[in-house]
Amino acid sequence: MTNLAISLLIGVLTGAGVYLVLRAQTFPVVLGLTLMSYGVNLFLFTMGRLHTAAPAVVGATGQSADALPQALVLTAIVIAFAMTAFVIVLALKARAALGNDHVDGTHIAQANRVIDRHEEPRA
Amino acid sequence: MKAIELLAVVVLLPFLAAPLAAWSARYNRFAAAWVAGGATLLALALFVWICFVQGGAMPVATHHAWIESIGLSFGFRLDGLSLLFTGLILVIGLLIVIYARYYLSPGDSMGRFFAYMMMFMGSMLGVVLSENMINLVIFWELTSLASFLLISYWQHRKEARYGARLALAITGSGGLALLGGVLILGHIVGSYELTDVLASGELIKNHELYAPALILILLGVFTKSAQFPFHFWLPNAMAAPTPVSAYLHSATMVKAGIFLLARFFPALAGTEMWVIIVSTAGLITFMLGAYTALFRHDLKGLLAYSTISHLGLITLLFGFGTPLAAVAGIFHIINHATFKASLFMVAGIVDHETGTRDMRRLGGLIKYMPHTAALGMIAAMAMAGVPLFNGFLSKEMFFTESVRVAGDLGPVWLLPILVSLGGLLSVAYSLRFVHDTFFGKPDGDLPKKPHEPPGMMKRPVDLLVVLCLAVGILPALVVGPLLHVAVTGVLQDTPPDYSLALWHGFNLPLLMSAVALVGGLLIYLFRAPIFRWHAHSLAHLDARVVYNRLMELLMRGGAGVTAMVDNGRLGRIVIMTLVFSLLAGLVGYFHAAGLPGVQAAMNRGGVEDSGDWVTWLGILLIIVATVVTVVGHRQRLFALITMSVVGLGVAMIFARFSAPDLAMTQLSVEVVTMILLLLALFYLPQQSRKLSSPGRRWRDAGIATLVGGGIATLTYAIISRPFESISGYFMDHAVPGGGGHNVVNVILVDFRGYDTFGEITVLALAALGIFAMLHDLSLPSSRRDPFGRAWSDDPHPLMLRTFAQIILPLTLMFGIYVFLRGHNEPGGGFIAGLIVASALVAQYMAHGIETTENKLHLPIHGILGAGLLIALITGLVSMVFGVPFLTSAFTHLDLPVIGDIEIASAIAFDLGVFLVVVGSTMLILLNLGRLTDHAVEHPDYASIEASPASTQGRGGRDA
Repeated sequence: MTNLAISLLIGVLTGAGVYLVLRAQTFPVVLGLTLMSYGVNLFLFTMGRLHTAAPAVVGATGQSADALPQALVLTAIVIAFAMTAFVIVLALKARAALGNDHVDGTHIAQANRVIDRHEEPRA
Repeated sequence: MKAIELLAVVVLLPFLAAPLAAWSARYNRFAAAWVAGGATLLALALFVWICFVQGGAMPVATHHAWIESIGLSFGFRLDGLSLLFTGLILVIGLLIVIYARYYLSPGDSMGRFFAYMMMFMGSMLGVVLSENMINLVIFWELTSLASFLLISYWQHRKEARYGARLALAITGSGGLALLGGVLILGHIVGSYELTDVLASGELIKNHELYAPALILILLGVFTKSAQFPFHFWLPNAMAAPTPVSAYLHSATMVKAGIFLLARFFPALAGTEMWVIIVSTAGLITFMLGAYTALFRHDLKGLLAYSTISHLGLITLLFGFGTPLAAVAGIFHIINHATFKASLFMVAGIVDHETGTRDMRRLGGLIKYMPHTAALGMIAAMAMAGVPLFNGFLSKEMFFTESVRVAGDLGPVWLLPILVSLGGLLSVAYSLRFVHDTFFGKPDGDLPKKPHEPPGMMKRPVDLLVVLCLAVGILPALVVGPLLHVAVTGVLQDTPPDYSLALWHGFNLPLLMSAVALVGGLLIYLFRAPIFRWHAHSLAHLDARVVYNRLMELLMRGGAGVTAMVDNGRLGRIVIMTLVFSLLAGLVGYFHAAGLPGVQAAMNRGGVEDSGDWVTWLGILLIIVATVVTVVGHRQRLFALITMSVVGLGVAMIFARFSAPDLAMTQLSVEVVTMILLLLALFYLPQQSRKLSSPGRRWRDAGIATLVGGGIATLTYAIISRPFESISGYFMDHAVPGGGGHNVVNVILVDFRGYDTFGEITVLALAALGIFAMLHDLSLPSSRRDPFGRAWSDDPHPLMLRTFAQIILPLTLMFGIYVFLRGHNEPGGGFIAGLIVASALVAQYMAHGIETTENKLHLPIHGILGAGLLIALITGLVSMVFGVPFLTSAFTHLDLPVIGDIEIASAIAFDLGVFLVVVGSTMLILLNLGRLTDHAVEHPDYASIEASPASTQGRGGRDA
């Protein structure tokens, strides 16, 4: 059951990440990337299988969890933070340069044209 | 050291001279020429000495292991063939250096020219002296590059750039084909060493991969040596300065292809396939080049096509595949190099002294420059194959061989007639070269008043022309020994009997020579109608048209594919990637049935899977939070808060499933990520607009569901199967090998320390990149929240300030504790770094950036740099002790009171990690926070994106 639940969670995190990454403005895309990296980190982590009360410390308990994926994920978490920071600053830079927060880096006029095309009919 | 080991020095000397020449030219223009000449002379002297010491003991090879796993070694080889070519490259190279010293005008960069020239010389020496075939291909490619640089030497000229690109495209793709061929050859023989390959001729020719190997190698040969249908790059390469044309594009580089034919002669030649392909290409090139040369008006154009024609002649000889034909081919290589280099230099002198190379304008120069005219005439007679000149001898041998093999290649009369026709044309164009330039009358005024060039410009030509005559009159004496050695090198066997005499009696080849001479003279005399006919019917044919069309197609195709995949929209690119991965995953899924597949594993269930309801509830909570984040993502602050719930949940999962290190890392990263995103949100719209249509949103949701479902299935399929962990090694060796009990930390700072070093470097780079991007950035921001309320006017509330002050020492202490215990208990540099960083950032938030900076004086860049440096030095120290980078050592200390403690050198590395993490995090957050001081209120911005009052205007598109 736990395996199923965690698989489902990883799927939901990835799916949510994908949906947000496909949005057209920068902030949701960054949120999406963060959600996706949660999913990916959990995915890597579960590759070592789920163990309870068995930290990878020699002599702590009788058995121990798989240390290798943990080590991989630890650095992945930190790097993901650096990447998020880099992307969000890029987004700020683009906003300063172009005057809008569209992901495709188009100028405001062009972005508005894009917006117009996708505009929903007013209710 | 044995003399033969110094062959490497001969090859490397020009490469060393190249930067020296470029550098010395800054102080004196002519120093570059002296350096180049000196290096060439030195290499030549060294080479002669090596040959002298070596005596008759050839072939001999040296061998130094390089990358053995791919069969690459750094090895050189001396045998007759490489001796001949090395001699040609160095001797003609020296003459060309002297000539170029006077040829280049004051406006031309001497340093650049001679540096390129030396690079070429070294590469070419590498080609002819290589023992290892991969080594040979590397040098082969270097010659293409050097040729590219030299052709485009006058970069401001359009035709120079075009010619250089053309040459690189053709010879470069040929080089790729050659690499493929060589790899196949190495696969067949089981070795890339020429010694082994040349001894395995029978094995290679009977192997099923012989055909592809031969075709690929021949592609390399034909492109380099300008054989039909790849010949058209050579005339365009004439945009290079004339010394380059003389050296690369007639005497040496274009011979590299032919060198390869000779080199692989014992291994590849003699089969029906070889004879058909090589001799057909050679014959067509020989005829076509000779014909086209006649109609060129440019001196260098004529010489270029004549070079193509002669290269074809030599290729044809090798194509016959008989040992005697190989003798003739080698002999003609020597002769062609001498007379063609002379002719190019003469053309250069004419161009230099008159300002034009157009034969329609030139004429009567014999009056002004008799010496040069004499040189030109002798060399041209050698080219035409007039008796007493060297070209006559090898052409006689060529005719003899053609007659000998004619019966095997079509009707017995066909080949002799064709080659006589080619010879006849070459007599005609040689005559034109001489007559149109030095006799008759010039057409109107020449750009310059012609006179003899500086003496030193003629000396190299003098020498070569004397050689043409000496070989032509006393062949056995002058060139006999060299030819014998070279032919032995080609055949890797005793040469067949051949005669180098001038007179062989009245026979068919002599008749063919006579026909060629008389016929050529007649054609030249009656050239006017022939020229008219040519201009009408054939002049417009140009192989470049095909090339240009192909290139255009390639470019357009490339642009089309790019446009299809990347239309500049992020969404499209992401969707392409995702859909492709999905399809690949599906294909894998349905094909796995053959293996003990995924489906079976899923049905089987495999490992036991139980659990408790608290965990399930926790997971459910995270799922709900995720869904809420997505649904409510347009309210950005709200989405951020729900997302932090997800992050905390993930940390809890790590804690629940035995990963305390990960839980602590996730928790602290969560803190700094939230601060980061909140800061960023300050400059971004507080709400997302609905930019996409419902259709598009449904499509995206569909893709997201498919991807998420795929990942969930994949995860479940994997983790429900039993598996054998590979972590056993790390568990067993953590204490005895790494001196720590916390295996995760030992892996990070010891076993995989090098990876971690890479990762902290990336972290530092990202931080510095952000620092650079934020420099001088000023962002519009709003002083109001989405509902029009002003932000709080007290940015540093008393409660926060007081609390932050109390908490600082505690957090710092905790951070240090976490750091110190890291090697044995959960903790370590990464986590401690994040904790300390967030404690410090809290200070900046509570008191304001400038106030805190004035109080703390934290050199943040310094911390970052020191961290990297400490990590690096820790790694290097272990190298000082003669063990690999980052090998750790540890010892036990017995201290009073504290007792037995373990000190591992890895803790120093972990300190580096700690400092880098602190530095990077602070650098990112502080610089982003600092922007708030410069943030400007942007009226438009406020009205468009912040104020609800404008919802009727443009802001109406807001959600």
